[in-house]
Amino acid sequence: MSEKIVEMKGITKKFPNILANDHIDLQLRKGEVCALLGENGAGKSTLMKILYGLYHADEGQILIRGQAVNIDSPKDAIASGIGMVHQHFALDDKLTAVENLILGTKQARILLDMKGAKKEVIDLSKKFGLEVDPDSKVYQLSEGMKQRIEILKTLLRGAQILIFDEPTAVLTPLETRDLFKTIRALVSQGHAIVFISHHLEEVLSISDRIVVLRNGKVVGEKRAEETNEAELAQMMVGREIEEVSRLKGRKAAQPVLEISGLCALNDKKLEAVRNVSLSVRKGEIVSVAGVSGNGQKELTEVILGMRKATSGKVVINGKDVTNKPTKTIIQQKLGCIAEDRIGWGLLMDRPIAENLILGLHRSSKLSTKTPVANFLKTQEIKQYTQQLLTRFDIRGTDVDAPVKLLSGGNLQKIILARVLSQEPEILLASQPTRGLDVGATEYVHKLLLELRDKGIGVLLVSEDLEEILTLSDTIAVMFRGEIVGTLSAESATSEQLGLMMAGIKQPEGTKQ
Amino acid sequence: MLRRALLPVRALVATFLVGAIPVMAAGANPLTAYYLMAAGSLGDMIAITEVFVRAAPLMMTGLAIAVAFRAKFWNIGAEGQLYAGAILGTLVAVNFPELPFWIHIPFMIVAGMIGGALCALPGILKIKLKVGDVVTTLMLNFIMVILTSYLVQNVLKDPFTRWPQSPPITESATYPILIPFTRFHLGIVVALFFALVVGYGLIEYTALGYEIKAIGSNEIASRLAGINPTTLTIKTAIISGSFAGLAGIGEVAGIRHHLIATLSPVPIGYGLTGVVIAVMSGLSPLWVVVVAFLFSIIINGSQTMSRLTGVPIFLGEIFQGLALGFSLLFLFLDQYRIRRVR
Amino acid sequence: MQADLISLGFLIAMAAASIRIATSLMYATLGEMLTERSGILNLGIEGLMILGAMTAFITTYATHSLELGVIATILVGVAEGLIMSLVYGRIGTNQHVWGVAFTIANFGLAYFVYRLYFGGTAGSLSIITPYAPARIPILADIPILGPILFEQYAYTYVAIILFVVFAIVFKYTIWGLVITVVGDNPAAADTAGISVYRTRYVAVTLGAIFMALGGSFLSIAQFNAFLFEIVAGRGWIAIALVTIGNWKPMRCLFAAIFFGFIDALQLRLQVLGISEITLAGTTVAIPFQLFLALPYVLTILFLLIASRRADYPTALLTPYRREE
Repeated sequence: MSEKIVEMKGITKKFPNILANDHIDLQLRKGEVCALLGENGAGKSTLMKILYGLYHADEGQILIRGQAVNIDSPKDAIASGIGMVHQHFALDDKLTAVENLILGTKQARILLDMKGAKKEVIDLSKKFGLEVDPDSKVYQLSEGMKQRIEILKTLLRGAQILIFDEPTAVLTPLETRDLFKTIRALVSQGHAIVFISHHLEEVLSISDRIVVLRNGKVVGEKRAEETNEAELAQMMVGREIEEVSRLKGRKAAQPVLEISGLCALNDKKLEAVRNVSLSVRKGEIVSVAGVSGNGQKELTEVILGMRKATSGKVVINGKDVTNKPTKTIIQQKLGCIAEDRIGWGLLMDRPIAENLILGLHRSSKLSTKTPVANFLKTQEIKQYTQQLLTRFDIRGTDVDAPVKLLSGGNLQKIILARVLSQEPEILLASQPTRGLDVGATEYVHKLLLELRDKGIGVLLVSEDLEEILTLSDTIAVMFRGEIVGTLSAESATSEQLGLMMAGIKQPEGTKQ
Repeated sequence: MLRRALLPVRALVATFLVGAIPVMAAGANPLTAYYLMAAGSLGDMIAITEVFVRAAPLMMTGLAIAVAFRAKFWNIGAEGQLYAGAILGTLVAVNFPELPFWIHIPFMIVAGMIGGALCALPGILKIKLKVGDVVTTLMLNFIMVILTSYLVQNVLKDPFTRWPQSPPITESATYPILIPFTRFHLGIVVALFFALVVGYGLIEYTALGYEIKAIGSNEIASRLAGINPTTLTIKTAIISGSFAGLAGIGEVAGIRHHLIATLSPVPIGYGLTGVVIAVMSGLSPLWVVVVAFLFSIIINGSQTMSRLTGVPIFLGEIFQGLALGFSLLFLFLDQYRIRRVR
Repeated sequence: MQADLISLGFLIAMAAASIRIATSLMYATLGEMLTERSGILNLGIEGLMILGAMTAFITTYATHSLELGVIATILVGVAEGLIMSLVYGRIGTNQHVWGVAFTIANFGLAYFVYRLYFGGTAGSLSIITPYAPARIPILADIPILGPILFEQYAYTYVAIILFVVFAIVFKYTIWGLVITVVGDNPAAADTAGISVYRTRYVAVTLGAIFMALGGSFLSIAQFNAFLFEIVAGRGWIAIALVTIGNWKPMRCLFAAIFFGFIDALQLRLQVLGISEITLAGTTVAIPFQLFLALPYVLTILFLLIASRRADYPTALLTPYRREE
């Protein structure tokens, strides 16, 4: 066993709504790749951000080479030889590669020694298979190239310990292969590597040791050669859900939402949605399962008209709404519970009542049209919003209170109240229970099932397997922009889904 | 609601506290100075009517900016819009001598509003450029003053005097004086009406007012609800500009009876003071009226205070800057406190 | 009269005047460019300029030393800059409105102190002996270029040198790189171990010093008095100039000089009493106010054009907070 270089003891980190790290112990060794495996929200990123000084732990200790250290900022982390390759690259797109690299290097004297920097860059890149053109402007580079720059940045600052945060999320298979070559080269030079990921196949292929996190705790640690995908998936996701008390949905024949052959690009102009086809029928809950970052965000944005589809169709109730303005799409009775519930759904500095009528404020129910202006019917609005509060069981507050004082669960209820009061025929719900406590989550689940029973079609996008298994009639798994398989919920197991979510296609028949 | 009420009070107290420093530097007693400010502007009936006279344009520009800021339209050009409204209104007031007053005055008011609105429209550049609204509206401040100065020396020149002013506006377009032997004119009532009824009504009771608040609060959520940000910005610019234009009309038709290039005080005109008033009122039309009166008292009283204590009259401007700064500071602290509590 | 316009002497005088008159704009634009490159929008330029003008004038008047006037201005710039950087850096929200607050307060302060010092005479025009243009021997004898470039104020030489210095800083030094990254992607700078706050404090404070100096040029060099309308909106124009110059030092310099040219042209034409031009047989009267308004109109026009390809610092106006 090689030498321990980093020891994290009893690391605990609490955020307002969630215990992100719960007394975690972790060791990193020289010349070893340690993978941190777990679903989104398991606490992997948080733990590493603490190591890198971006967050401060509430409890716990960090030892580097046996010495206790205080890492208050990235500067301290860098001084201790820690480097981080971020998930969202911390690069200045408008500058060249070498300009980005030179920050924090020995060449960064007052007068930039570009030549010296370039030489060092070229030497290092040859050593570790990270060839990159130093004079290229970053915004022109591929994701794989940008990542190389990120890696080179850490090496130029003398990092001995490298943290890779979901590095393959934005890479093509070829680029992933090159990355692995680089990691092996780094390991052979004695670097300690942390590989944060949720891709089982890759993790098994590159790691020496695998630590599995779930809900902020370490649930297991295995050497790569002693385990397999099935076991890891099991550990990541938890026990099988035995008691799924759900009524079978009565499925009507005609689909309310049909997506066929949809393709779209993400903000970096890469393919994010690849030939996705789905359909949701009345009275059916169709889930799109998968870890965030596999194209779900782009998919929902296309459906909502907030992103252009490069090909394919979105049809609601027989009407083609592909690439139409959001206003039109909403008029087709599409309701949306967005992933970023505050950023996309709430007027945080306004009172509850105003949040509840957003979108409905010009309807004849809530306003009177006069030649001068559309006047709001204040009495009706007060009544209406009051009723909504009661109906959705939001207690302890009234309609004039500012919405920002509500808890996460109640905020979600406000959005639900607003969206549902517009009586959608198809509901798009994206990560609807993320960050909510057990009570609020149960509430939302009950609601979604009620809606289904009333004949509304629900497209649920979630990375919570328990939730998906509880609610869905049909499950489609999305990985890297594609639907890798569609299963009927009755026959799906969490193990199967876990594997599919990690990109491993299921050989058996996937049609319903 | 309570917090909003507290904001102008807190900012005022802080301003008076810090504002005592320049007073003392000038060798005067702050309490005396403040007392004289109040006494100077509230000392007798005439003085009190003068407070109303000054408050009228202040509440109109304050209102104009409050509406704009609600939608995050940074209208710093209320000054220019004031003059633009004055110009167009004067054209109507001067060129139609034979109309009955109940046609002429509304006609002039509408012209003033159109002038102000047109002057505010270039601000929609903000859609394309980060400082688009600030710089364009601001430049128009200077352009409008120069334009006014040009007009009153050429096309719109008073044939009877050598003063740079327009011909006198006709009787039928003049705001009648409502309290004899004072300058309390109809425009003051017009201003109060617009602030308390139109402004407040718009913001609180109309769908458009709601949309303005929504878009200033969260543009994405508003868009997802079917609100079009571009149309809304245009509407906001028009409304904001027309309110500021009304301020200009008020000064011409109620006080000066001619168009002149010095309708608004220097260096800090009604347009910029409007920013102070708007922010300090928490962007609420009702509070705009209150704060407008407050600053009217301060500005009017500064003359007396200055004369009797030797403290330079520019204390008023320092107060305005401090008041705005403290308002912003307290707004920030309030938000910060909420975030920590959650 | 019109033949006069195109004589070589006139053109040379115009070029020299453009550079000379642009000097205060140069300082203001440089200061704001620096500030914005670090991601902060400082709308308090006009206020800083008037404060600088007043400070320089009164100090010079009181001490009979122009140099002390400059030093006093710099000190005032530092003080104001530190306050502003705290506000813009730590509070960070509502930058536009804070800028207006600073402007109003500074105007009040400048006039207040001036009136306090000189007493209550309403339009007292106290004067000083201002800086004279500093002719550089030998170089100034070069035909054409000499009078244009080498008979300027020391202020002007310094300004141009500063622009060159900053052009070098941004292209070739670590400081320039750091400021750029802080303004484009503060997170990237933070994870590289750079203090985003400290960088912004420096940029804002230096910017404030330059803006104050720009104002001081007006009162103790270009004119010899402190007039209440002495700044005349230059501070606001500087904001647009930074956008027009695409946040690059040399371009900002040329933008400032161009506006100096417009100003100089307007003065010349007024002095020459030109009030009409004849084009294709028709005579059109040109009011002098048109030239007066020209800088402001052009600002809007150029801003419109620049909006198409504005290359602004990506994180401009976004306050930076590490999500803890």
